[in-house]
Amino acid sequence: MLSSFASKFKADATRMTADFDHRTKIRTALNSYQKARDDKQAQYLDWESARNRASEIKWDAINHLDSYLLEFVTKLTARGTKVFWAGNSREACDYIVTLAKERNARTVIKSKSMTTEEIHLNSVLQNIGYEVIESDLGEYIVQLRDEPPYHLVFPAMHLTRQEISELFQEKLHSAPSDNPEDLTMIARRELRLRYLRADIGISGVNFGVAETGMISITENEGNARLTTALPKVHVALMGIEKVVPKLSDLALLLPMLATAGTGQQISCYNSLIGGPAQEDEVDGPEEFHLILLDNHRTLLLADAEQRDALHCIRCGACLNVCPIFRNVGGHTYGTTYQGPIGSVITPHLRGLMDWKHLSEASSLCGACTETCPVKIDLHHHLLQNRRNAVATKPDQSELLAFRLFALLTRYPAIANWLARVSRPFLRFAEVIEPIAPAPLRAWISSRDLPVIARKSFRDYWSAR
Amino acid sequence: MSEGKREEILSRIREALRVPARRHASGLHSDKGPGPASNKTVREWLPAVPVNAGSRLALFLEKSIELKTDVHVVKRPEALSVLMRLRDNNHWTSVAAHRHPLIDPLVPALGLETVYVEQRPDPESLERCSAGITGCDALIAQTGSILVTSRSAGGRALSVLPPHHVVIATTDQLLPDLPAAFELLYSRYGERYPSFAGFITGPSRTGDIERIIVLGAHGPRALTIILVNP
Repeated sequence: MLSSFASKFKADATRMTADFDHRTKIRTALNSYQKARDDKQAQYLDWESARNRASEIKWDAINHLDSYLLEFVTKLTARGTKVFWAGNSREACDYIVTLAKERNARTVIKSKSMTTEEIHLNSVLQNIGYEVIESDLGEYIVQLRDEPPYHLVFPAMHLTRQEISELFQEKLHSAPSDNPEDLTMIARRELRLRYLRADIGISGVNFGVAETGMISITENEGNARLTTALPKVHVALMGIEKVVPKLSDLALLLPMLATAGTGQQISCYNSLIGGPAQEDEVDGPEEFHLILLDNHRTLLLADAEQRDALHCIRCGACLNVCPIFRNVGGHTYGTTYQGPIGSVITPHLRGLMDWKHLSEASSLCGACTETCPVKIDLHHHLLQNRRNAVATKPDQSELLAFRLFALLTRYPAIANWLARVSRPFLRFAEVIEPIAPAPLRAWISSRDLPVIARKSFRDYWSAR
Repeated sequence: MSEGKREEILSRIREALRVPARRHASGLHSDKGPGPASNKTVREWLPAVPVNAGSRLALFLEKSIELKTDVHVVKRPEALSVLMRLRDNNHWTSVAAHRHPLIDPLVPALGLETVYVEQRPDPESLERCSAGITGCDALIAQTGSILVTSRSAGGRALSVLPPHHVVIATTDQLLPDLPAAFELLYSRYGERYPSFAGFITGPSRTGDIERIIVLGAHGPRALTIILVNP
């Protein structure tokens, strides 16, 4: 039986794969990414060694997570940051809601954060009457469309400028324009006053530096800088796996994140924040709250075989090179994290049996593993998830099919006899195809039945 | 407010880590990893930077052109005329700045209404300024970046809220690469870090509409560096 998530995935994947306009859009966007990334990657003196080192940095962090987190939190608290440890989505949302109530907040401005998507913070806040505004342009666009982000890094890559123009005309009553620059300026003007009025700024975290107690945020637009500079209260939400040991580790991780993520040498703004405004500083938030989120990450941590999936720096490179992602698109996954990394971690975060179909939606080509800047063994983890799913609950019809296959390979005479007696029936293939029973129909609906030779090789050989 | 589920999460982490994970950084599928991190420095892997100071400056200028950062290398007395030209060409009506030895002699001579961040202006008046003028901690040749902190660049908002960011720096502030920039942060602030430090690499940009680069998404549309050669 397919889970409801699996049948929805299948239906959406079938529909999206046949949508040639969609495929053209994604291909155009990703081809320009690939060219820029190859160009920037080639400028490294030794990209492979850089990957090894990045992987070692994250290995060290994840395998000593308790001590690095404690160091991180101690340093942050010493400079006036309030740290909250949230076991799950609800605890994280509750903390933010309570804070918003206590500070009499009305408007919340957000900079891009996949972790806040994971805990569905926007809908929680909106349902109790807060105005929540996404400030990253791509996130703002999908928020206006009431859609989740399409891609970890490029939230609106599935939309054309015409579609965005129509959206802005409808929602913002702006003048029609097909010019990306005009459209960007419409959003800039719209969001400008929101920054100035917002009571709380909410951001994500790209890296948490244990050594100095700082969070690092990477972006290109400046929206995260404004979100963390102007409102009186800054709240940052961080998955516990984002910690790195040393400040100097960023000398490697910041450029690698940009190169793998967007094909830039380094992103436009990389900000380190270590607390609320200090006494001798002229501005900055009065309060800085950091929420550390577990939300089943410790379950993935407990799986030593797949623990390295927590090394992920959310660059999105594995999505960009994945033939499945490029065909089915980001929304089809139905998950917060799309593409190969999403297919690996979602079964851990949200349940193996509901999400095991994602590990089957893979060609196992290994392009993801090859491109990953922190060398997560992605395609083998997909295989391990398949194995674990079968071990948890074997599929009876598959079991039967493989028993039959084993029998035929063990006794070739039976296979030979079966081929001989079935040959005359093949001329009725056209009749059989539409009425074939379920498992067989799934197989032949997308494949042609091969024409079987009049004479088998075995017969030919013995008659020679 | 409470610390939340601190002990619970920490004990879950410790329990999870009782089974060791293999290290597989060097060969993806071998159980024998490379052992402890090799002591080669990241400099041997990151993009190359010339040793010679003149070539470093050339690299910084080359990166700046790519990034669309406007850089003027000038002798000290010429800095003011560059700034005045910017004022006239861009029709500035007011500027925002902070107290800084490189900026103090220049700004009053512009003859414009000036907002000083030390007087803690409200963000709206900062937003109305035509340009924000700041110092910086360092410039990075490898990436064409500027390193700023809340102490060296007048807080957090001044370098990002006004539509034009002008940095006044000296050529001896040019560092070769990112590792050197982090060394500077350690040595200058290790005792007491500012609450904000940031790398700025070119004017604000977005590629969120059809991957076409547009400058001035939320931060400054223009970034000018006046690099004084003492």
